[in-house]
Amino acid sequence: MSIGQMLALDFMRNAFVTGGCIALAAGLVGYFVVLRNEVFTSDALGHVAFTGSLGGLLAGLNLLAGVFGSCIAVALAIGTFGGRGRGRDVAIGTIFAWVLGIGVLFLSVYTSAQSGATGSVGISVLFGSILGLQPIQVVVGSIIGIATCAVTLLVARPLLFVSLDPDVALARGVPTRALTALFLVLVAVTVAESVQAVGALLIFGLMVTPAAVAQNLSARPWLGMALSALIAFAAVWIGLVLSFYISYPASFFITALAFAAYLVSQLGRRVLPAASR
Amino acid sequence: MQGPSWDLVADVQLLLQFHFMQNAFVAGTLVALLAGAAGYFVVLRGQSFAAHMLSQVGFPGAAGAVLVHVAPVFGLVAFCVAAALGIGWVGRNVDAGHRAESAAVGSILAFSLGLGLLFFRLYAGSAAGIYGFLFGTILGISDRDVQLTFVVALLGLGALAIFGRRLVFATVDPDVAEARGVNVRLLSIGFLVIVALSVAITVQIVGTLLIFALLVAPGASALQLTARPVRALALSVLLSLGFTWLGVALAYFSDLPVGFFISTVSFVAYVAIRAVKGASAIRRGNFQLRGAWFAAEA
Repeated sequence: MSIGQMLALDFMRNAFVTGGCIALAAGLVGYFVVLRNEVFTSDALGHVAFTGSLGGLLAGLNLLAGVFGSCIAVALAIGTFGGRGRGRDVAIGTIFAWVLGIGVLFLSVYTSAQSGATGSVGISVLFGSILGLQPIQVVVGSIIGIATCAVTLLVARPLLFVSLDPDVALARGVPTRALTALFLVLVAVTVAESVQAVGALLIFGLMVTPAAVAQNLSARPWLGMALSALIAFAAVWIGLVLSFYISYPASFFITALAFAAYLVSQLGRRVLPAASR
Repeated sequence: MQGPSWDLVADVQLLLQFHFMQNAFVAGTLVALLAGAAGYFVVLRGQSFAAHMLSQVGFPGAAGAVLVHVAPVFGLVAFCVAAALGIGWVGRNVDAGHRAESAAVGSILAFSLGLGLLFFRLYAGSAAGIYGFLFGTILGISDRDVQLTFVVALLGLGALAIFGRRLVFATVDPDVAEARGVNVRLLSIGFLVIVALSVAITVQIVGTLLIFALLVAPGASALQLTARPVRALALSVLLSLGFTWLGVALAYFSDLPVGFFISTVSFVAYVAIRAVKGASAIRRGNFQLRGAWFAAEA
């Protein structure tokens, strides 16, 4: 099939538009996630997103309401209770394993309550369902994706300052706490968005890998942000095209492309002298 | 199916009346023994994240094994051990900061889970099959799986019995251990391989995503209660056995996923132990509200 025929299909157009918006947001926010070394916050939020979306379905709410609600609530809780510190990984890991355990319970209850459901709803939450987006997901996903990008760009300057040198930023009167809270909400929204594109388990592929590539390529923050967003965008679009022609899961191609870019950038870093960066 | 009663003997008879449940209990017991023992060292050495990573790398291994028609345990062992050796090998020349490391780990995790999904689609596997590997199951543990689990558990426990003392020594005081002629580097790679073996068989019961429930939570709870190595090790194994038996039994009687019960039981136990410890610390005047939850970890 030609490109024209591909773009004539509704679900492909939806996937390109929504996936593109989500990818830009994930790349931008992901850049700060890696910069601030909060990679595992996004992992934890991914687990919460799984349980939240199934809990939302179980409560008779919309899947979107469950994902966004639970992610934002937990992100704010993390911001309130958890400082950054060493040695928390056992506590956090145990908590989030339990959160996933509850998600499994919800899944099991939901699939046995709905006679028609075969459990594929859980798979699409875990691994994404970019080719099967509902009309409401397309609208909400695109708008929130663009809004997230806009807000991130708006606060990018102070956020960079706070991330790189929190003490000096505080001394200069930058509202550190408010910015950190806002950032966590941005991460939560982006995770909730990305769950629809690549799924709760593969969030790293869209939020962390492109940012890691960008940081390998350039130490300059603005260039890095742009690269990160572009790489995420390219991974999603190329992944969609590949999955259209080869008909394996799109989320596999997206994570594989991002990972390939990461390997190449890592190799380039080793081979090329540091002066060229 | 009859429900449970207050007659324990009758309950156990009910539980074990089917062959698949006998298999689940035998495999679960073997898993709990190794996971509890290895988990103590995992927490002691602060390598819980490595356990998390190994288990997720195991997912494509299991799916790939299904794809080429061999027992999933083989795929799990192969991928987990390879990943363990990879971590050990890279560990030598990773000089980048924590940031680059966690980004690298995250990228590998996302890719490996995506790969697992691809393998499942290639096999045209059912949703239930994926859930089994992700969240564990008590169904479908074959006689062959039990035999394999037995061999792996024996290997792992044997290795821990031989190297356990040296491992504690090398963990608590690596410099002195090195000076006394313990090969700390080889020991830590060897330990990662043991963790990989534990992960590979534990995944059968609690799944890739809930590995913390059996491999980390029992060890963490035990270390909260006592600092003495032998006692903590025994406690960790006992807790792990208790979580597994309780979880499998509850799953059987309620027809809900076993992963939910094991992770909940282990979480509740961990929180309860920490709460008791925190309360007694406050009573002793050691008042640290904010730090109380996380402080005891370091």
